[in-house]
Amino acid sequence: MAEVKYENATCIYPGADRPAVDSLALAVKDGEFVVMVGPSGCGKTTALRMLAGLEEIDDGSIRIDGQDMVGVPSRDRDIAMVFQNYALYPSKTVAENMGFALKMHGVPKDERARRVREAAKLLDLEQFLDRKPRHLSGGQRQRVAMGRAIVREPKVFCMDEPLSNLDAQLRVQTRTQIAELQRRLKVTTVYVTHDQVEAMTMGDRVAVMRLGKLQQFASPTELYDHPANVFVAGFIGSPAMNRLEGTLTPDGIHTGGVTIRPPDALLRAAQGHGKLVVGIRPEHLSVGGSDLALKVELVEDLGSDSYIYGHLSGDRDAKIIVRAGREHPQPGELIKVGVDTAHLHLFDAASGERVGE
Amino acid sequence: MTTASRRASLRPGKKSIATEPGAAQRASRRRTVRRKRRTNSVTMGIVGWFLGIVFFFPVLWMVITSFKTEAQAYTNSPTIVFRPTLSEYSAVFHSGVWPYVANSAFATVVSTLIVLALATPCAFALSLRPVRKTRDVLFFFISTKMLPVVAAIIPIYIAARDLHMLDNVFTLIVLYTAMNLPIAVWMMRSFFLEVPGELLEAAEMDGAPLRRTVTEVILPVVAPGLAATALICCIFAWNEFFLAVNITATKAATMPVFLVGFISSEGLYFAQLAAAATVATLPVVLAGWIAQRQLVRGLSFGAIK
Repeated sequence: MAEVKYENATCIYPGADRPAVDSLALAVKDGEFVVMVGPSGCGKTTALRMLAGLEEIDDGSIRIDGQDMVGVPSRDRDIAMVFQNYALYPSKTVAENMGFALKMHGVPKDERARRVREAAKLLDLEQFLDRKPRHLSGGQRQRVAMGRAIVREPKVFCMDEPLSNLDAQLRVQTRTQIAELQRRLKVTTVYVTHDQVEAMTMGDRVAVMRLGKLQQFASPTELYDHPANVFVAGFIGSPAMNRLEGTLTPDGIHTGGVTIRPPDALLRAAQGHGKLVVGIRPEHLSVGGSDLALKVELVEDLGSDSYIYGHLSGDRDAKIIVRAGREHPQPGELIKVGVDTAHLHLFDAASGERVGE
Repeated sequence: MTTASRRASLRPGKKSIATEPGAAQRASRRRTVRRKRRTNSVTMGIVGWFLGIVFFFPVLWMVITSFKTEAQAYTNSPTIVFRPTLSEYSAVFHSGVWPYVANSAFATVVSTLIVLALATPCAFALSLRPVRKTRDVLFFFISTKMLPVVAAIIPIYIAARDLHMLDNVFTLIVLYTAMNLPIAVWMMRSFFLEVPGELLEAAEMDGAPLRRTVTEVILPVVAPGLAATALICCIFAWNEFFLAVNITATKAATMPVFLVGFISSEGLYFAQLAAAATVATLPVVLAGWIAQRQLVRGLSFGAIK
């Protein structure tokens, strides 16, 4: 039960030419599930480790419930961490692993056993309590790592890509379990992942990071509908949003050999920007329209629907992805697609920032 | 079963896929590869056995000789068929070997314990909490092994004499500790380096102070390494001859010194020497055999992934 506040927190690794985390400002509400997401090297793990006390805060500060954490050792922060490779103690049984923190905090033996049993029940680990980690499957180890965190009833959970060592099917299953568990326990959680699907499905709010800087911090829907810049637009959503270069003309935006007319409000906002990046999600393009001419390269049939990968007929480098139904054109065909202008995104080509609200 | 046939039996149904065109060709190529692999492993086997026999032969010869009588041991060409006797062993045990065994055992065990007690925290610091001068410290440790002991024996002797510590088993303990410490630090360090850093961090997050992190988390993980290090220290201390022969006389003399006693002015006692040497070898073999299980156990299996 705690609020976590990054106040321009900065971490600089010795010898690095830029900060690993650069003036991160982020406020996590009590009981909230926040996901930090971004490509590798974006500083998300460092940011988490700063909160956990495993990495120095070189500038700014991090507050937990208003209390400055600079200089406070990990063990005094009351934070539990789930590591990417679980870091279970190999010589201890599952029960000992889960109860270790309580033992270190001087919790009496019966109390410890009771809490370990409760957590084991919650995670369906009861029959494994006497086993050593090496006799468990990957999924079970992951649950033990979770259990080790929850028995402590800490102020904050830190999770560092806890699902990345699981196979795809188990990952999806565990994803929902963790999210559900967090909602039930209502413990403030900071979760790091490079997988935008995990971020979108699990987080109350998602912090997108890149090169040590926070790009946008918002709810999954907000990120999807109103990406703050070109990077977020391209990173969130799968397949990624189509991004085309365009120029502002009096009639609208000239891109891909045609002029698209966005809603008036957006067009007004775009005045004065000149060079623009036009963003259109694959589902906002439709086969059979009359806007863009597309040469089909590849079709991914997913059963329920399909994705058409192609490029603008005049420009091989302008890649376009279109969502289509079960009826779809074949590779090599030249097709026309329509643009749903109501869902158009515009970004300034120079700064990458979003244009309009 | 040969390796190849075992591999084939492990993967049943592998052959049955060969139906499409080109598959036969591929199968034949696979057979060639397999044949080549088998020839390779046969060659390696022969080389392995040859080297093994070359190294083991003197030991075998020693053990065989120890069961001969002195007269049989001397014949040239050597007696191959003979009735084994334990008379030389009984001669060894009746020639006052026990004080030497006791000295050796005491010096070995105590020095090894001290080495482990000192090397463990040292190696921990050098591997998991490195500082700027860590490399220099490590080099210093190993550099102490670069000086031949012969070069140091006179100062050692004089120091021991002036301290009235000559022919004293505690002097041996000090020397053996100094002798084994660098090796132990290097060995333990390499084992500590294998400990995943996350384990330390997890313990830190769980609120464990350093001492408990080491005793409850790290040491169980490096236990096999600890056993290996202890074994090496024991072997080196038990077999040490040069220092023992120079600074001990009667009271503190060790097994290797005792063995030399059989090379006397009246001639060699081959069979008895072989019997004594076999006795001297046994503890080391035994220790190795006991530690083997610890040695081969995966160092941190199950800790990660």
